[in-house]
Amino acid sequence: MAEREQKRRPTPRTEEPEVVEAGPNETGQELKAELDDLLDEIDEVLETNAEEFVKNYVQKGGQ
Amino acid sequence: MAVHKVLGIETEFGILHRNEGDSNPVAASSMIINSYVNGYLERRVGWDFEDEHPGVDARGFNEFDALAPEIETHLVNAVLTNGARYYVDHAHPELATPECTDAFQCTIYDRAAEEILIRSMDKANQLLPDGEELVIHKNNSDGKGNSYGCHENYLVDRNVPFGRIVLQIMPFFISRQIYCGAGKVGSEAAGLTHDEVPFQITQRADFFEEEVGLETTLKRPIINTRDEPHADSKRYRRLHVIVGDANMSELQTYLKLGTTAIVLAMIDDDMAPSDCAFEAPVRALRDVSYDIDLEGSYRLANGTTATALEVQWVYYAAAEQWADRHGFDVVGGEQVGTDLMKRWASVLTALEDNPDSLADSIDWIAKRRLYEGFRARHDIEWSDPRMAALDLQYHDLRPDKGLARRIGLVRISNDAEVEAAISQPPPTTRAFFRGRCLEKYPDQIVAANWDSMVFDVGSDPLRRVPMLEPLRGTAAHVASLLDECDDAGELLRRLGT
Repeated sequence: MAEREQKRRPTPRTEEPEVVEAGPNETGQELKAELDDLLDEIDEVLETNAEEFVKNYVQKGGQ
Repeated sequence: MAVHKVLGIETEFGILHRNEGDSNPVAASSMIINSYVNGYLERRVGWDFEDEHPGVDARGFNEFDALAPEIETHLVNAVLTNGARYYVDHAHPELATPECTDAFQCTIYDRAAEEILIRSMDKANQLLPDGEELVIHKNNSDGKGNSYGCHENYLVDRNVPFGRIVLQIMPFFISRQIYCGAGKVGSEAAGLTHDEVPFQITQRADFFEEEVGLETTLKRPIINTRDEPHADSKRYRRLHVIVGDANMSELQTYLKLGTTAIVLAMIDDDMAPSDCAFEAPVRALRDVSYDIDLEGSYRLANGTTATALEVQWVYYAAAEQWADRHGFDVVGGEQVGTDLMKRWASVLTALEDNPDSLADSIDWIAKRRLYEGFRARHDIEWSDPRMAALDLQYHDLRPDKGLARRIGLVRISNDAEVEAAISQPPPTTRAFFRGRCLEKYPDQIVAANWDSMVFDVGSDPLRRVPMLEPLRGTAAHVASLLDECDDAGELLRRLGT
């Protein structure tokens, strides 16, 4: 770790790593639409009394 | 030459009994496991505690103030036909996967564990009065300062000095958080507010207070020294890793197990980096977890500084050199080894260049995207109870409620592999012998544990079959023998015990 250069990213020896993208053809617009759909779903399934649910969630005695 | 990195993962699940006034988590956990055992298994076989010594310390001594975990023999404890142990630990249902020979196989068994819990919950809820419900979460914290673990276990060479393991694995554990974290709203460390830590990378970092030690429930250490190999203690150690999160993301479970196995193999072969020690490891563990922009630079013991990503790249480069010399045999072979290296590099590159691109494969990044969207939509603060509710619900195993599954995270396993792993043992370890015997001779097995099984074959006294070598008792060794033996008495005769 003495030389700054040593910390540079080495070249992976097999092939160029493929960065895992959300999808090959998705644009920012599509990603946002997808997130909006997901948030719609979450609004439907989120616990109706969030405060009560969180308050009652107590987990003692763990490792 | 490194010993094969036989590995397994044990998860304590969060449990909530809804609409029941005086909820008792021990009773609820027992009900979860009993419901599964009674609903799906022909006959219950209990756990044998003969070889459990959780108080033995790898450093060769017991600190007089160190608290060894107690074994609770009165609680529900079952062995499954897939070779797993399913039991009540303290006040949680816990499932320990069977021993596996590589990270891919173990990721399938971790997913199978989720399915077993889902089926248990389903069965148990059929028995409860209307309006009551048992809910299981695969997480590690209740958000109120109580934590429960997801522990990894790796077989390591007894001849490797424990001090070397501590020195060389610690920087890896601290830095791997950036791709192993399950994410959490807020902090449970004393004195930190939501304003200071609105969201962090891991569930567990808040709870670690020591560098090295024997405890698992208080003053948790980054390196746990429990020396209980569940195998031939002259040849092996079992490194019991308590510093990880339970992941909903299969890719994370796979990478966590796979990269750690590779690094431990490098340590066995004395090819791991030894110059990355953090100056203040406990502080660094937390600071890395709190640094969601991955910009923090940390002082190392050698006087230089490095980011968590830089430390990971040093380990990655060393792993390439190690693999060039030794190949990937001890971590499961060429295919899984090269796949792990490729995905490891890919995730580090993405964390460096475009972390948001990992929103479909890394829990904390998936959460961040979702939670920021939710906050913007409802115009609320991180401290709003709805954010805490959201953060619990991400880990909810109810198929209609759990958010992680709704996101559609990248899968490593497929459904057919998971379905098989629910009832069938891995063919490549002694878990095969354990699981197949349980399936075939349930009435003749009195008890089982990791390294032995006790048979009752009639007139003789009970017979204990030791299984001290994790890579014996595999399908290659005993599958045809088990096929040929209709009862356990015949099996024991032919095994020559």
